[in-house]
Amino acid sequence: MTKKQLILLIRIAASSVLLLASWAFKLQGPLGLAAYLAAYAIAGWNVVWGALLNIFHGQVFDEKFLMTVATAGAMGLGDYKEAVAVMVFYQIGEWFESIALGKSRKSIASLMDIRPDEAVVLRDGQERAVDPSQVEVGETLIVKPGEKIPLDGVIIEGSTSVNTAALTGESLPLDRGPSDRVVSGSINLTSVIRMRAETNFAQSTVSRILELTENAAQRKARIEGFITRFSRWYTPIVVLAAVLLATIAPLFFAQSWGKWINRALIFLVVSCPCALVVSVPLSFFGGIGGASHKGILIKGAGYLELLSRIKTAVFDKTGTLTKGVFEVVAIHPQARSEAELLDLAALAEANSSHPIAQSILRAHEGHIDKSRISSVKEMAGQGVEAIVDGRRLYVGNSRLMESVGASWRPCHHEGTVIHVSEGKEYLGHIVISDTIKQEAREAIAQLKSLGVERTVMLTGDSDEVGQSVGKAIGIDIVASRLMPQDKVSRIESLISKDAPLCFVGDGINDAPVLSRADVGIAMGDLGSDAAIEAADVVLMDDNLMKLPQAIRLARKTMRIVRQNIVFALSVKALVLVLGSLGFATMWLAVFADVGVLVLAILNAMRALR
Amino acid sequence: MKKIYRLEDLDCATCAMKMEDAVRKLEGVEGASVNFMAQKMIVDIKDDSDENSVRKAIAKACRRVEPDCKVIG
Repeated sequence: MTKKQLILLIRIAASSVLLLASWAFKLQGPLGLAAYLAAYAIAGWNVVWGALLNIFHGQVFDEKFLMTVATAGAMGLGDYKEAVAVMVFYQIGEWFESIALGKSRKSIASLMDIRPDEAVVLRDGQERAVDPSQVEVGETLIVKPGEKIPLDGVIIEGSTSVNTAALTGESLPLDRGPSDRVVSGSINLTSVIRMRAETNFAQSTVSRILELTENAAQRKARIEGFITRFSRWYTPIVVLAAVLLATIAPLFFAQSWGKWINRALIFLVVSCPCALVVSVPLSFFGGIGGASHKGILIKGAGYLELLSRIKTAVFDKTGTLTKGVFEVVAIHPQARSEAELLDLAALAEANSSHPIAQSILRAHEGHIDKSRISSVKEMAGQGVEAIVDGRRLYVGNSRLMESVGASWRPCHHEGTVIHVSEGKEYLGHIVISDTIKQEAREAIAQLKSLGVERTVMLTGDSDEVGQSVGKAIGIDIVASRLMPQDKVSRIESLISKDAPLCFVGDGINDAPVLSRADVGIAMGDLGSDAAIEAADVVLMDDNLMKLPQAIRLARKTMRIVRQNIVFALSVKALVLVLGSLGFATMWLAVFADVGVLVLAILNAMRALR
Repeated sequence: MKKIYRLEDLDCATCAMKMEDAVRKLEGVEGASVNFMAQKMIVDIKDDSDENSVRKAIAKACRRVEPDCKVIG
């Protein structure tokens, strides 16, 4: 509880005691009047004072002013007890609101608390704890177990496991050793490491994520615009209705003034749209905060709203539906063992950094004795010629085989085929292919069960590869042989007004497509620069199941927003109707104002989970 | 130029909306957005105007709407 809240609580208590005492002792006359006025002043002086100030500032339809008029009106009708009670009740509501709001702000903040407090930096041979923003690129940092990694960088010394749950929502620790990259905001779990800072604090992953989530409110949802417009008209209309209510019946139908003014005052109490105005952005903020905790960064409430209504999901193939890493999928030797063929190919490719060579080396796993290689010649666009153990090896595509005169044979497997020959003698081939992500099929199936009507895959690859991947995953439409600019026009042809479309890509090379889609979703690579810039939603790891999860989260948030709007509006409408018919008390009206507000805040907090 | 100001003791969401409106109308301000939850105001200040005087105008405009709330930063 803050000091402000404590003071308000004491005032509420003092005023209540005074009110109860003067009621219990049935104080009459000037003494009674003084007691009620004192109780009123203790509970509500700041409300009245605020109302006066606001009038000077030309602001009439404000909550304080309306409360002041309502309670002063009640006193004018001689109802002191009720006036004080309503003021006390109102302040109790304000107090609850303040507590609930503070609590929810805090819980959202702690959810997003990935900011490292300090960095231990090695300067002049001494360890010094400094603010992460004081560390410069290239400095050596020491991170102990249990500490947050303060900046993005590379491990120099030590091996450990890191937990990236705060960034990705993935709780399985990752093993990291020398020359591996570690990301700020992840937690060092097992042992001390020394690392070199590769970014300054402002550019670190943690800062970028924080900036993105905290400034997310900039893109407002349509529904927020509606609330803003609504609240602008709601108060003046209700106040006007109150004036009419107070005057028409007494003036034209000779009814008693007191009775109708009392009913009009009830209108004034419920004329503040606060519950709506607070709970809607709060629900969105809770939804965005909860999502960021699960590794789903959403750039604004507007995108959350769109995400909940996605009808078409478009995917990039390589790196999104597939791993984007080439793997050896088949080894077909000619009169030799698979291991021998792979061994020869790996030796020939040992010095190459080409992705295909890398995938062969990864498949080989064992140690490669480079002393067995005496010379290597790269043949551009064809492959390599290498002398290994004195044997002349050719490793490459069919054109290379043609040129050396080896009698190669085609393969029924899909993917890139790497042929191997020793001189003219054909030794066999190795097939390399991008592999489909394990969870891709399940993710697509879940999207369909969530009501996504069309799933589309865009790829630059051949029709054959595209169709086979699409079929394996369960994609509806496959568009292949696309150049980057074709992808944009393809997206444009798919976009329609009432069926929002999302594009999911890895953020590399597809920035124009990401920004053209209704919701551009980038995934993988712990928030690379390009992805964070271009995308509207960033999935912090490359697991496709995050997508249906994000849609479910968006739907839940929207449901809570709608619940709050309907709840607040219907309670107020009910009180207005009851009030005009004379069935509502001012107590009920105050509950409809602040009680609903507190309930709406509590409901909004469900969006966090 | 985008500036972010912290709003201390911003307790009333209607006021946040009114502040946003008031600041948008100020001279030298291109646009403004109040994040009620994060208690922050993001103001887009025109490049040719003096940031310091705009800041003062913002503080004044906010005080008129909600005297309890302070603009910091």
